[in-house]
Amino acid sequence: MNMQAVPLNWYLLLSAALFSLGIVGFLIRRNLITIFMSIELMLNGVNLSFVTFAHQWHMVKGQIFVFFVMVVAAAEAAVGLAIIIAVYRARATLAVDRIDLMKL
Amino acid sequence: MHLILFIIFAGLCLAGALNLLLQKHPINSALSLVVVMTSLAVLYLLLGAEFLAAAQIIVYAGAIMVLFTFVIMLLNAGREERTLGSRAAIAVGFPAVAVILAVIATVLVKAQGLGAASLSDGVTSTEDLSRVLFHELLLPFEVTSVLILIAILGAVALARKGHGEQEAGK
Repeated sequence: MNMQAVPLNWYLLLSAALFSLGIVGFLIRRNLITIFMSIELMLNGVNLSFVTFAHQWHMVKGQIFVFFVMVVAAAEAAVGLAIIIAVYRARATLAVDRIDLMKL
Repeated sequence: MHLILFIIFAGLCLAGALNLLLQKHPINSALSLVVVMTSLAVLYLLLGAEFLAAAQIIVYAGAIMVLFTFVIMLLNAGREERTLGSRAAIAVGFPAVAVILAVIATVLVKAQGLGAASLSDGVTSTEDLSRVLFHELLLPFEVTSVLILIAILGAVALARKGHGEQEAGK
């Protein structure tokens, strides 16, 4: 049984890797929707480490925190995608290089 | 068994995340994000979070990604053109990401006292979860429902065709 157990460090490493991949996606992608998906990927990476620590300390509250993160992510997705639709109506593009009205 | 499942689904997770970065078309990125979220649900199940695994599939892989796919199809988003991106992203962003990942990885590899997860561990039942959620955390739960309501109203108000936007479009 002990041979088959997975150290929790691996789960945390996976979560850190997912978070970093999310940051890289946020930096290199030029499409508004894909950038938004990278943010969701970062949220998922953080959720995994919450669940891992909830397992480590046998605390239910860590899992409830993930539940709240999911709720906030759902609200964020709804509002964010509405903003993307509004931006597309106004500018007719999704490329972030062209949406630079507020850039210095 | 746990080890095999972990390796398979962690690999799927990383492959999906990498695929999200490398695909040119947003719809391919969205579908690989679904792969990431579904394999994360399996990992939650391995860690004994059965309710979260179900919620991950229903809320994330189901609702949120369907919303993304709808918007991608609605806006008819095509292949994105590759540009170099901002100079700040290259000069500051990537080194910062590398440093963050390296620091977290060294801390985690050195960390002692973290346990291990195996299939014989108990599962956090939905009953335990709801007992804490509806007794101790009832107020935050109700506040999130207000948040969802505001988000719905905001989404409708933002996505609606307004007069100002129509004039700006012409």
